[in-house]
Amino acid sequence: MTRASTRIAVPIALAGAAVAVYFLTQQSRPGHPPDSAPGRTARQGWFGDYKVAGRSITIAAPRQELFARWTNPAELSRFMQNVRSVGEGPDGTWRWIVAGPLASEVTLVTRIVETRKGEFLAWRSVEGSEIEAEGKVFFRDAPAGRGTVVEAIIAYQPPAGTIGHWIAKAFRADPRMQGRHELKRLKMLVETGEIATAANRREERA
Amino acid sequence: MRALTFHGTHDVRVETVPDPEIVNPRDAIIEITSTAICGSDLHLYDGVIPGMQKGDILGHEFMGRVVETGPGSTLRKGERVVVPFTISCGGCFFCQLGQFSACDNSNPAEKQDASEAAYGHAMSGIFGYSHLTGGYPGGQAQYARVPFSDVGPILVPEGIDDEQVLFLSDILPTGWMAAENAQIRPGDAVAVWGCGPVGLFAVQSAMLMGAGQVIAIDHHPHRLDLARGLGAEVIDYTQTHVLEALMEMTGGIGPDAVIDAVGMESHGLAPDNVMDTIKQKVGIGADRGHVLRMALMAVRKGGRVSIPGVYGGMVDKFPIGALMQKGVEVRTGQTHVQRYTRDLLNRIMEGQIDTTFLISHRLPLEQAPDGYRNFRDNQNDWTKVVLKP
Repeated sequence: MTRASTRIAVPIALAGAAVAVYFLTQQSRPGHPPDSAPGRTARQGWFGDYKVAGRSITIAAPRQELFARWTNPAELSRFMQNVRSVGEGPDGTWRWIVAGPLASEVTLVTRIVETRKGEFLAWRSVEGSEIEAEGKVFFRDAPAGRGTVVEAIIAYQPPAGTIGHWIAKAFRADPRMQGRHELKRLKMLVETGEIATAANRREERA
Repeated sequence: MRALTFHGTHDVRVETVPDPEIVNPRDAIIEITSTAICGSDLHLYDGVIPGMQKGDILGHEFMGRVVETGPGSTLRKGERVVVPFTISCGGCFFCQLGQFSACDNSNPAEKQDASEAAYGHAMSGIFGYSHLTGGYPGGQAQYARVPFSDVGPILVPEGIDDEQVLFLSDILPTGWMAAENAQIRPGDAVAVWGCGPVGLFAVQSAMLMGAGQVIAIDHHPHRLDLARGLGAEVIDYTQTHVLEALMEMTGGIGPDAVIDAVGMESHGLAPDNVMDTIKQKVGIGADRGHVLRMALMAVRKGGRVSIPGVYGGMVDKFPIGALMQKGVEVRTGQTHVQRYTRDLLNRIMEGQIDTTFLISHRLPLEQAPDGYRNFRDNQNDWTKVVLKP
């Protein structure tokens, strides 16, 4: 084989083997009782028609401060770079325009269904939303004075199901990746007062 | 401005690019007066570190004068500073522990995915060192944007030459941390693999920390001479069986600590290194771990191995048996530069540490591509290149 073809063939063979092994391990295991891990880390990532994603992050700030930022649309749009706009309507619903794959935009209309100030909020999509989704955000004291553990979870029906999910993933627009990035940006903003960027000029900043 | 940019393996060019500006509140813009080519830049030049893009500005060892500051910077225009290669916020959990190269907040969120996949976690941002560490434009240029300028840059008094303090940016703290990680006790025997700048500073640091015997290993006669000049005994691995020699030179015990200042592109015709080189060339991502393997074999029972040498991916044929059975302690990491700059600046001012002996070549920035080529291909004579923008 030429050097160039080896360079391509070896990784493809390895990747193929990895994909096969991955799918073989995605079956649920009868006879194994549930473990302590959060559901979103299960090998089986679908719950009915819903895909569940979530992420925890520890931020060096009090719960009340983080909760206040999370429930203020102006603050949310500072760190949620995948959110084109978010605003609260007169009827108490929130209208989100979120970046989708291939420069598309998705409208999400949600309502907060439960809050415990400084601790917890739950929301779900309502009529007019293009995506069926619901989510929870927990704010808990972190151990050893490290601040607050923020845990954000979303369950959603990807448009066009599994295929839609893979398309979103391929174009770096799936909620799991977006959520991970937004939580990190929130942490940066709270802990340093700014969001890290490698841009050398203001106009290069995304 | 003019800047040295990456265009592919062994292809770097000096080009005109837009000047940087203040983007975030804590930024400062530095006009660069001196910048150096680092041995780890050669890993980028050789194409063995993933995550480089065409047009990336290289360079992570630089110093200069402050020309502009954001509202959150503590620097003032005209001040003279050396800039650490690691970008650190100073306030996160890791920075507070002094683990500055593990800063949570300096590597842009959207850049962290690749390093989470490669390493399990994302490390701090680094100037000019691939998009795995943020894709920040580097300092082999006329100007650089320095984020968190209230934390990293260290003020340098007037009247002291650039060349005496430039290496506070990376290789001096890196050599120092390498020796600290070797946990040297008075009288210890320390072996240092690699007599490049980091290895030589590790030799100097080990001496200052009270090592009784330092043995430096390389194959370039001039580099071995530099180590000898610092008080080390030397081994030329092209002439000597290194493992046997280290045992014989330490009374049959083996070195108490071994420092691998070589990393992922080791030289030599040892069979494992030849196999690793082939794998690296066909691009299946294995590092060349020859020196690390030797270090683990050489170190005495219950000894310490310190790894300042850069590794980027995977290594195989790893002597985990030697590591476990002998109870070897391993310490490593990208340098926590900000932890050491103040102390090392004092040591330079007091004359305890000489940094200038390393510099073999001084070139204008425009000749940087020659500098890279020679630093790679004529390692015996080209020991350190300082560029003047």
